[in-house]
Amino acid sequence: MLSFIVKRILWSLVTIWAIVTITFIIMHSVPGDPFAREGTMPEAVYQNLRSFYNLDEPKIVQYGLYLKQIAQFDFGPSLKSQTLTVNDYLEKGFPVSMQLGLQALLVAVVFGIILGVIAAFNRNKWPDYLAMVLAIIGISVPSFILAYVLINYLAVEWRLLPVATWQSMKHTILPTISLAMLPMAYIARLMRSSMLEVLNQDYMVTAKSKGLNRGFILLKYGLRNAILPVVTVLGIIAANLVTGSFIVESIFGVPGIGEMFVKGIFNRDYPVILGSTIFYSIILIFLILIVDIAYTWIDPRIKLTGESK
Amino acid sequence: MAKELHLSEDLFTPVTDNYKDSEKIAKPSVSYWRETWRRLKENKLAMFGLVVIIILVVMAIIGPYLSGYTYYEQDFSKKNLRPNGEHWFGTDTSGRDIFTRAWYGARISLFIGLMAAVIDFVLGIIYGGVSAIKGGRVDNIMMRIAEVLFSIPYLLMVILMMIVLERGIWPIIVAMTITGWIPMARLIRGQVLQLKELDYVHAANAMGAPTSWKLRKHMVPNTMGPILVNLTLTVPTAIFAEATLSFLGLGIPAPQASWGTMASDAVGSILVGNFYQLAIPALLISLTMLAFNVLGDGLRDALDPKLRK
Repeated sequence: MLSFIVKRILWSLVTIWAIVTITFIIMHSVPGDPFAREGTMPEAVYQNLRSFYNLDEPKIVQYGLYLKQIAQFDFGPSLKSQTLTVNDYLEKGFPVSMQLGLQALLVAVVFGIILGVIAAFNRNKWPDYLAMVLAIIGISVPSFILAYVLINYLAVEWRLLPVATWQSMKHTILPTISLAMLPMAYIARLMRSSMLEVLNQDYMVTAKSKGLNRGFILLKYGLRNAILPVVTVLGIIAANLVTGSFIVESIFGVPGIGEMFVKGIFNRDYPVILGSTIFYSIILIFLILIVDIAYTWIDPRIKLTGESK
Repeated sequence: MAKELHLSEDLFTPVTDNYKDSEKIAKPSVSYWRETWRRLKENKLAMFGLVVIIILVVMAIIGPYLSGYTYYEQDFSKKNLRPNGEHWFGTDTSGRDIFTRAWYGARISLFIGLMAAVIDFVLGIIYGGVSAIKGGRVDNIMMRIAEVLFSIPYLLMVILMMIVLERGIWPIIVAMTITGWIPMARLIRGQVLQLKELDYVHAANAMGAPTSWKLRKHMVPNTMGPILVNLTLTVPTAIFAEATLSFLGLGIPAPQASWGTMASDAVGSILVGNFYQLAIPALLISLTMLAFNVLGDGLRDALDPKLRK
C-alpha cells in the first residue's frame, strides 16, 4: 500500500513537470512578446521591461527560471495589472472557486445518486424515463447555454434570483445549478447502470429472502456497492467542474480563478493564463491522486490490480 | 420373467424426410452488422437521434439557400426582428437572417465535429496500434506519454492551443485533436491487445494467415464496434468545445458563423428581451449533442447486447 502511494505521488510530480513544460512551450511559441504591442514605449523602457521579466534570456534559461519559480509556488507578476501578481489573483479567487466547486459537487453527487437510484428501482417505468431524460438533457446542454436560459427565466423574467455577482447564498444558486448539471447527469446515468447490476447480485436476493428490511438492504448492500463506480469517476467530475467553472464564473461574474482565467485570455495576459492552467492541473492531479488512494481503501478488491501495475 | 413383446406393424411408419426440418436454419444467417442494425432499429431513442442527425446534415447542405439571404448580408433597417414570414428565425443585432446563419453555422459546427472525430480516429489507430503491436518497452513509454498528455484537462488544452494559433476552422480542429486522440488510442490499444490473445487469432496465426487477412477478417470487424461508439461520442464533445471556444472569443472569426459564435453574439440580447437570438443556436447545439449522444448510447447497446440485460 505504502509503495503504491509513493509511486503514485512520484508519478504525479512527473505529470506536473510535463504539464509545466508543455504549457511553457505553448505559451512561448506565441509570436512576438507581450510588450511589443504597447506602441510608443521608449526603447530603454522596453529593454528594461524585457530584462525585468527575463525575456532577454535564452529560452532554456527562461525555462529553468520558470521551473524554479513554479517549484516555489510563485507564478510571477500579471502583465496587465501594475500591482497584482498571479499569486494574488489565485489567493483571492481560490476560496470563491472552491466554494462554488464544492457546492456544485455536492449537488451533483447527491442529486445524481438519488436520480440514479430512483431510475434503477423503477426500471422502464415513468420515473426511470423522467430521470434519464433529465440526465440526457444535462449531458446535451452546454453549461453556458444552461446558464443563460436560467438567467433569462429565473432572473430576468420572473425575478426570483439575482442575475449575477457573488454576494449572498442566493447569488450562488444559479451558478451552482449551471455547474452541477453536467456532472449530475453523468453520475445519474452511471448510478443507474451500477445499481441495476448490483440489484441482480446474489447477495441482494439472499438479503431479501432473509426478510431484511427493504430500506436496510438498499442502504447497506445496494447503495454501498453501487456507489463504487461513482468514486472512480470523481476525478473526471472534478475536471468537468474545473473546465465548467471558468465559463460559469465569467457569465455570473463570480470573482474566482475561472473568471480570472477568462479575463487573462481576453487580455492575452500570459502569466495569468499559464499560472491558472498549471494551478488547475496541480489541483486536478492532486484530486485524482486522492481518489485513487481512497478507492483502494474503500474497495479492497481493487488493491491487487492497482499494485500489479 | 421375460414378457413377450407385442409389436404390431401399424405402430411403425416409414421414415420420411420430415426429420430433416429440425436441422434447418430457420432464419437466414445474419451478419454481425445486420444484427446490430436490427437491434439499433428497435431502439426508438437512437433512431430519433439518427433521424435528427440526417435532417441536420441535409439542412446544413441545402438550408443556407432556402431563404434567399446570405449569412453575411447586413440590413440595419431590419435588425432584431422576431421570427416572421420573411425571416423565419428572425434577424440578429446586425440585421442578418438567422435562418441562413443557423444552417450555415450547422455546416461549420458539424464539419468541425466530424473532422475532429475522423482525425482522432486516424491518430488513435496509428498510435494505439503501434503501441499494442510493438508491446513491451515501447508500449510502456508510449502509454505513459499519452497518460501525461491526457491529465491536462481537454478544454484547457484546446484553449491554450487556440491562444497560440490563428483563428479559423482548421486551427480549431488542430487544437481539438492535439490531445483529443488519446482516448481513441487507448481504446484501440486495449482492443488490439485483447484480440491478439484470442483463440481465433492464434488459429489464424497457426494456419499462416497473412497479416492483411487477419486485419480484414479479425481485427477490424471486431474492434469496429467500440470505436464506432467512441467516434459518435467524439462529435458532440467537439461541437461543445467549439461552442465554448467561441464563447471565449477564440472561435470562428466574423462574418462566418458557427452555432457557438451565434450563441455568444446573442448573449447581450437576452437582457433586452431578444431571447430568441440565443434560443435558436442554443437549441441547435443541444439538439445535435442530444442526437449524437443517444445514437452513441444506442450503438453501444446494439453492439453489445450483454449490456442491455
